[in-house]
Amino acid sequence: MRELFGTVIGEYNYWAFLILLLIGLHAMISKNNLVKKVIGMSIFQSAIILYYVSTGYKKGSTIPIMAHGHGTEPIHETAGQMVAGFVNPLPHVLMLTAIVVGVSTLGVALALIQKIYRVYGTIEEDEILEKITE
Amino acid sequence: MKLVSLLVTLLLGALLLTAAADFPSWGDPHSPASLHVSDYYIENSLEQTAVPNFVTSILADYRGYDTMFETTVIFCAGLTVLTLLRRSHRKEKKVVTPRPNREDQDLILTSAARMIAPMMQIFALYVVAHGHHSPGGGFQGGVILGASFILLALSYDLQTVLGRLKERVALIMSGIGVAIYAGIGAGCLLLGGNFLDYGVWSKVLGVFGVTPVTARSHGMLGVEIGVAITVMYIMFSLYADLSSGGEMDEGL
Amino acid sequence: MNLDPGLLWQFDFLIIPMVIICAVAALTFRDLITSAVVFGAYSFFMCLLWTEMLAVDVAFTEAAVGAGVSTVLFLGTALHIKRRAKD
Repeated sequence: MRELFGTVIGEYNYWAFLILLLIGLHAMISKNNLVKKVIGMSIFQSAIILYYVSTGYKKGSTIPIMAHGHGTEPIHETAGQMVAGFVNPLPHVLMLTAIVVGVSTLGVALALIQKIYRVYGTIEEDEILEKITE
Repeated sequence: MKLVSLLVTLLLGALLLTAAADFPSWGDPHSPASLHVSDYYIENSLEQTAVPNFVTSILADYRGYDTMFETTVIFCAGLTVLTLLRRSHRKEKKVVTPRPNREDQDLILTSAARMIAPMMQIFALYVVAHGHHSPGGGFQGGVILGASFILLALSYDLQTVLGRLKERVALIMSGIGVAIYAGIGAGCLLLGGNFLDYGVWSKVLGVFGVTPVTARSHGMLGVEIGVAITVMYIMFSLYADLSSGGEMDEGL
Repeated sequence: MNLDPGLLWQFDFLIIPMVIICAVAALTFRDLITSAVVFGAYSFFMCLLWTEMLAVDVAFTEAAVGAGVSTVLFLGTALHIKRRAKD
């Protein structure tokens, strides 16, 4: 039990991701206003992106751009040293796609909210449910 | 309802915490996420594609298929917002007074925006062009270009900017951006390689002294330009649709 | 290659509470325009966090998209619907 708490409290980036995930999920389920639900969805998405980016970090490394890399020069050090000297670029690539798809989804969600307001006159969820079921 | 959702989220949090005991320690260079595929990309990216930025080379060359469909997703989102919000007002056209006669435009705001917007556009073109050697690329440059038009629309008026950048042109050009990406890939098919295999473009461009390695670098630049064009027009069209409720009259 | 500009726990302990405070605040305010602006601040703090983890491309994209376009889209919508939320 003590080891579990030791590892868990030591990894504070995991705590940050977890708290943001739960805030976003709770907002999506329980808030009444539709715009607050969409803000919760966006917080949820950026918490997931934070987790993926933080798994790619390596201690004692630098950004994934090779300095002085003009043309194709021979590599001067062993392959293992070079790999350990750069941050893992693969999660960054996946998260670039995720951010841009997230903003597209945000645009469509906000357009839907405006359309709902035009038809029903309100954006509170319980009032909309009353108007639907009457 | 709030109590139930609170209980459910706390339960989910407890489950995720118990899974954390098995994770590798943070920052470990030998964690399984960093071993199998990404070290191939780090070791071979510079000599196979002549691009020092690993993220750009993976995004546009090794995983170029995903980026093409991401561009299609952005284009479809712009079309969806247009379909949802536009109402056709062919009968009554609103009369908007031309620019020198509008009293509600602030002088400081318009002068500052008029000076900043060209700087933003030049910087955005630099970000697109220099994406191979520094952080940047097609998406970032396209978003900054779109944001420069949004700045002009916020400080002047939406009608003024729509007079220069008509929405019909914006939609056609964003489709052309996706077509540039797919066209470069289809050109590789016509020249005898795989789809999105930019190395075979050196058969056509070989007269300029282009080897298969640098042909991949130029192919990456071409697709980044296509992505930037699409993202720019869609970002502005999203703003124009959402901030005017589809009417395209006043804006914010 | 051992440059190590990376992780400072002091910086983390400043930024991560600010991120959580901004997230809770964006969901608590009743005025939707205030929520949109605080959401923009949340995006900026996330961008700082990713720069510190050496993810420069992701931070660049989040700064342009999240703090630029996304905030303006929220503001544009909030001025066309009722500005005051009930909860």
